Order: sequence, then C-alpha cells, then structure tokens
Amino acid sequence: MNATLSYPVRPGSIREAVPTVDQVTIEERAADFTKRSIKTSAKLAGLKMVVSMIDLTTLEGKDTPGRIAYLCRKALRPIEAKYEVPSCGAVCVYPNMVRYARRFLGDNSPVRVASVATGFPSGQYPLRTKLEETRRATGDGADEIDMVMDRGAFLAGDHGRVSDEIGAIKGACGEAHLKVILETGELVTYDNVRLASQLAMEAGADFIKTSTGKVQPAATLPVTLVMLEAIRDYFFATGVRIGMKPAGGIRTAKQSLAYLVMVKETLGDDWLTPELFRIGASTLLNDVLMQIVKTVEGNYQSADYFSLS
Amino acid sequence: MSEPRLDVRKTYKLYIGGGFVRSESGRCLPARNPSGRLLDNFCQASRKDLRDAVAAARGAGEGWAKRSPYLRGQILYRAAEMLENRASAMTEEIARSTGVAAAQARAEVNLAIDRLVYFAGWTDKFTQVFGAVNPVASSHFNFTIPEPTGVVAVLAPDEPSLLALVSLAAPVILTGNSAVVIASERFPLPALSLAEIVATSDLPGGVINILAGKRGELLAHIADHLDINAVVNAVAGAEQALQSGTAINLKRYAARNLSAEEWFTDAGQDPYWIGDTVEYKTVWHPIGL
Repeated sequence: MNATLSYPVRPGSIREAVPTVDQVTIEERAADFTKRSIKTSAKLAGLKMVVSMIDLTTLEGKDTPGRIAYLCRKALRPIEAKYEVPSCGAVCVYPNMVRYARRFLGDNSPVRVASVATGFPSGQYPLRTKLEETRRATGDGADEIDMVMDRGAFLAGDHGRVSDEIGAIKGACGEAHLKVILETGELVTYDNVRLASQLAMEAGADFIKTSTGKVQPAATLPVTLVMLEAIRDYFFATGVRIGMKPAGGIRTAKQSLAYLVMVKETLGDDWLTPELFRIGASTLLNDVLMQIVKTVEGNYQSADYFSLS
Repeated sequence: MSEPRLDVRKTYKLYIGGGFVRSESGRCLPARNPSGRLLDNFCQASRKDLRDAVAAARGAGEGWAKRSPYLRGQILYRAAEMLENRASAMTEEIARSTGVAAAQARAEVNLAIDRLVYFAGWTDKFTQVFGAVNPVASSHFNFTIPEPTGVVAVLAPDEPSLLALVSLAAPVILTGNSAVVIASERFPLPALSLAEIVATSDLPGGVINILAGKRGELLAHIADHLDINAVVNAVAGAEQALQSGTAINLKRYAARNLSAEEWFTDAGQDPYWIGDTVEYKTVWHPIGL
C-alpha cells in the first residue's frame, strides 16, 4: 500500500502518524469564520481581549533603545485609562533589544518580553550560535523565546535534525517559554504545516507560531486552522495544551476577531487567554484601538488622534 | 421574424477607491425623471460606504499631493478630455434624468468641461497666488504656503447635477486633497456616469469618490467623522445637521450658497474656493547669520 505513495514512509515514522489535510475543506471552513456577525458589547469585549493577546512587535534593523521604550510604554498602556483597555500580552524584539525592554518594564510587568532568536528570520545558522543567542536573550531577561524552525532541514526531510534542534533550544530556554516559528509561507503545503506542527509540539514547543513576518504569505486563516487542529489532536492524545500564535499580515480589528472566533470554535474557551493564544503584530493594535473608541464614542476615528505604531 | 429584445438595464454603482462597488448595505434606489418614469436603479450608500470612501480617500491623498502640481494639472486636463469625448452620452444622461432640453443639457456639459480645464490651470499657480512672502522685523525669510488639508467631504446640490459637482470638486482636489462627494439626491445618474468617465482618466483611484443615496442618512456621519478634515456644502438645509458634528474636530466648513442658475455664471467658478480647503503653513527661515 505504501508503494502508491510518492515518498517512502518508514513504519512508525511521524509522517505516518500525522493525518493529511484536505485543502478545499480547510479553506472553506476558514473562510466561514469571517462571516460571524459580532457587534456592540460582544465586539467591544472581543477587541479588548485581542489587545491582551497582542505581542507588540518591532523587528527592524533601525530599532533603538528609544524605540523599544516607546513600544513598551504603548504595550503597558495602549490608550487612556477611561477606555479600560488591558495591556498587551508581550513586546517582541530582537535579542540585542531585550535588555532595554526589560529595563523599561521592570521585573513584575504585566507585559512579558519575547525575543526572536536562533538566527531569525532564516534560521540558517549553526546550532552553537543559536544556543548562544537563546541563552543570551534569556539571560538579558526574555520571558519567551520565538525561535525559527530550520525549514531547509525540514524540506530536505531531515525531521530528526529539526526535532533535535528544537529540543536543544528548549533546553537552553530554561524557564522561558518557547515558541516555534514554522514559517508556513515557506512550507508549500498544508500537509507540511501539519507535520511541522506535530514535530514542534513533540520536540517541546510551548507555542507554535505561523510566521516571522518577513516572508509572504504570513499568517492566513486556513494555515492557522491547520495548526489549531494539530494542537487540538495533540491535546486529545496527550492532555497537553500547546499555545498558538499567528503572526504577520493581521492588520485589522475585523481580521483579529475572525481569529478569535476560529480559536473558540476549534479549541474552545480554554484557549481564549493570552497564556495560550497570541497575535504577533505591529500595526494591528492601532486599528483595534480605533475600533474600540469608535464603539464607545459612536463616531468614526482618525489615525491622527492615535500614537504612532 | 425578429423577436422583441429585452432591455439590458443598468444598476449604477458607487465609485469608491477607483472601483465600482455595490453598497455594503445591499440597498438600491430607483432613479426617476421628473414625471416619475423609472430610468434605472442605483446603489444607495450607507454609513459604511462613507467609511470605506473616507479610508480610500485617506489612502490616496498622500500620493496625490506628492505628484507635481504640473502633473496634477495634466491629469485634471485629461479628465476634461475624457468628458469631452463622452459629451453626447453625458448630455443624454442629463436630459433624460432632469427632463431639460438637449441643448440646455449640452450647455451644462460644455461648461463642466470648461470648469475642469479652468481649475486644471490653477494646480501650478495657487501656491504663488495664495501664498506670500511676509515682511518681518528680524533676519528671517518668512513665507506662507498653502498645503492640502486632507480628506474633504463635498455635498453637491440637486441641480445642476453635473456642473455643480464638477465646480465643487475640482477646486478641492487640484491642491492635492482627496474628496468624498455626495451626489445630487434627486438626479444621481449624471454624477455616477461622471464616475465612469473619471475612472478612465488618469486620476488615481480614491482621489475622487462618488456616493449616491439619501443625503440625510449620511450627514451626521460626515459631520462627526474624525478623519474628514473639511466639508464643502452646497446643499441648502444641511447646515444644521453638519454644524453640530463638525465642532468635534474643528473641521473646516465652507458653504456654497448658489441657486441652480448661479452655477452657470462666474459665481460658480470662484478661484478663492481653492483657499477654503488648504492649510496655510508659515515658515521662518533664518538668513544673514
């Protein structure tokens, strides 16, 4: 029976254990989540929840300590207190910027510090430097490490190496949470996304994350749905709750609500918490804030009256 | 033996961001001539269409304002060319909508074309004419220049349906503003036809957006929309609804109180209208230090 498959499957291999994904069904189902009507008080509650789940991100060569301080200030208090908007889930920065974020936020901040690491965004670096980067970032005060999976090794079929590397980085993280970025835009098929999700979860990821934001397409609804289903099945098999982080390309409040709907209808209310669901974004926050103010005040808002993102 | 042919009737769409869209609300209204005969249907803009149009205008504004004044003039002139090219179709549209004689409709189209050409000429002149070099008592070179204010809502009167719209919108966009135009409520078809002509000119999508429908529904949302920087109103009776909201973000408000006949006179071609939707920036430049 295996002879009909286009690639060899070792008995007992992970390829065999992971189900295939029906592209048409996944895309239809994902499109369906955008059709829910969420208005007034439900919308307001949803938008505030989105803010608490945002990993406010800046990953640019031009980042400076001043920019990081600005980002942290915005994550702590996104808007005037009268709108009762919570802090963001975390700030997400490059390893060199971790110490500045930590210094600004202090030790008991509601906003966590996440650092990308392991040769972000390509991951094409030696394991030794990846481990060093991870240790430095956690040493500087990162609560969370967003590592990039080695897509080259994955696509070459060297799943063992991918898995070992995630395990090694998990070891280097210590107390810090590990998010594994699959970079789904480079994985070509949904089957690969599903397989990579399974690999990452088994190797020790606390979160699986869609994208770096440096590759198009980044997060999409269908690709996130594939990963959510992988998380669901992993939970049924092991009882372990893995978190999900779509990142890149989520720019509007409306999109972000569709993601919440998808999480609720795929994994249930347990996952509707910043502990298990995050959205990686930079410009999303302002659109969500504008929608919150619009819902409260009743009139359409202008970017002129919101701080820069 | 030829069978009677079924008419292919058109539903006129709204013009938002360079594309023709049905109303987000899915609503349509019938357009009728003065004797009540159904001409065609057209989409009725909702407050969300207004929101989309403002977003499109905001998106287009920066690029439009950065074009050189000379190029903006060329593009407006091209819009005049396109209208000239379709003058007979537009004449027919006005005549069947409003019931006026073909000769009068043609006169309106011709004047609209001439207005476009007139205002096209102002793109590279308004800065010199309305700007200034100011005498100051210190060693500074002090000058004032007009810059576009941003997104401008334009409320066109019911009549003349084409000419007034063109005369109102041209001085708004020539400086680099983008416009959201609410067309004549009684005779919307000429404005929506104009959209189809503008779409084939080189005017970037979103610089002009044309909405049709019930004005009264939209007024309050225009007035309190924080991303609209100015309102140009030529509709009698709309002041009250507009003024309460415009105070929220101190929008510029310009009234154009012209009778239907006055639009055909020089009163409808006022270069000082350009100054109503610009911001004057004054610069103090140190010299002789």
